[in-house]
Amino acid sequence: MDFAAELSKYIPMFAQLSEGFVVTVEIFALTLLFSMPLGMLVAFGRMSKIRLIRTLAKVYISVMRGTPLMLQILVVYFGPFYMFRISMGTGYRFPAVIIAFVINYAAYFAEIYRAGIESMPIGQYEAADVLGYSKAQTFFKIILPQVIKRVLPPVTNETITLVKDTSLAFTIAIAEMFTTAKQIAAASTSMVPLIGAGVFYYVFNLLVAMLMERIEKKLSYYR
Amino acid sequence: MQEKKVLLEMNHVKKSFDGVEVLKDISIQVREGEVVSIIGPSGSGKSTLLRLATLLDKMDAGELIYLGKKAAEMKEDKKGEKHCVYAHKSRLRQMKRYFGLVFQSFHLFPHFTVMKNITDAPIHVAKVPAEEARERAMKLLEQLGLEDKADAYPQQLSGGQQQRVSIARALALQPKILFFDEPTSALDPELTAEVLKVIKELAREHMTMIIVTHEMQFAREVSDRIVFMEQGVIVQEGTPEEIFETSNPRLKEFIGKLNL
Repeated sequence: MDFAAELSKYIPMFAQLSEGFVVTVEIFALTLLFSMPLGMLVAFGRMSKIRLIRTLAKVYISVMRGTPLMLQILVVYFGPFYMFRISMGTGYRFPAVIIAFVINYAAYFAEIYRAGIESMPIGQYEAADVLGYSKAQTFFKIILPQVIKRVLPPVTNETITLVKDTSLAFTIAIAEMFTTAKQIAAASTSMVPLIGAGVFYYVFNLLVAMLMERIEKKLSYYR
Repeated sequence: MQEKKVLLEMNHVKKSFDGVEVLKDISIQVREGEVVSIIGPSGSGKSTLLRLATLLDKMDAGELIYLGKKAAEMKEDKKGEKHCVYAHKSRLRQMKRYFGLVFQSFHLFPHFTVMKNITDAPIHVAKVPAEEARERAMKLLEQLGLEDKADAYPQQLSGGQQQRVSIARALALQPKILFFDEPTSALDPELTAEVLKVIKELAREHMTMIIVTHEMQFAREVSDRIVFMEQGVIVQEGTPEEIFETSNPRLKEFIGKLNL
């Protein structure tokens, strides 16, 4: 069948795209793994009683949110050489992307966490205090579980944005899916690789959204 | 009659918020088994007094003494100026065992079941064995008519039920004194009645209680002593008879308004 022949032409392309997709997933997973806890640390800094720490966290968040991620990737990658004449080699590409993504996303997560923590009614703290809970117990047993539930929707948003942002790794020639798709498209003067990449991103995000929805449902045992 | 042990003593308490004096030299004593109601118009400082007694806020001046142990006292510094000094944090934490507080808007933990709301602090703060804590909680729930609600979450309950759970949560730590901060102000009359009934039962069991309330009839029935506060001072204090038969025109006016 002609259709089958036509389709078979694209098999190598999808194989290549899949390889790129693996890199995309790696960037995605590593970024989440490190930026979510780092974001909590930054959020604590942002709410610190010590003014200096508070200001530092505020400036950090402001810079990370106020400049393009693409520029941050370039600074992290080229910075060591331009600023200190330290040559990191091409092996630094992937770590550089991860570092840039982690410090950028940590800033966004920090603000989400802070909003979540500050939205908790003071009564929860007071009830815990009168019952004799320590500060740590109050945070981990009473406050944090409720905050997680509250921040889930904005965290889902960030996560979906991250899936799409991984394509920015092309800036320093990381062979993730978008970079691969662009190369194949240029070589074969065809739209299909780009559409193929689009489908990958879309399906990935669909899965992310479904997973987050399941977690939200699981946490909906209370209001 | 033998004098009962003094559980709580607050002497010459002063408190200001942003330069506004909310409490002006208040002194109060509560003995074991006593039920004391604090009444007065909004802004009279009665809730503030409760927050100071339960260590949610700190006094500017005065003494706070639980069972003869000083939680806060006036101390002279090197220059001879007197300051209100609180005991060390760890000591204050121990003193929190002496009292429980029931809030106007319950403040139950929404992510815990009723059972966990009641047993979590006994298990993780007071280190009561889990099994014992659960048995104690079940007994309390039965006493409060909520034995079938152990596995429910707070939002599945009515306001009156939630307030009864929060009373159980406070009682589970076996406090010597139970404070109530307008426990029925967030409830409609029907639900108010079920909560007041529980408090009356506790009074019958000689639980020491300090109740800030607007329910005059209830205060009259349940209290050994009523304290009328206005503008940060105690205007009058006495048995329900003394308070309701008062000759003080301001107190008369206040009671009259509420009894209409």
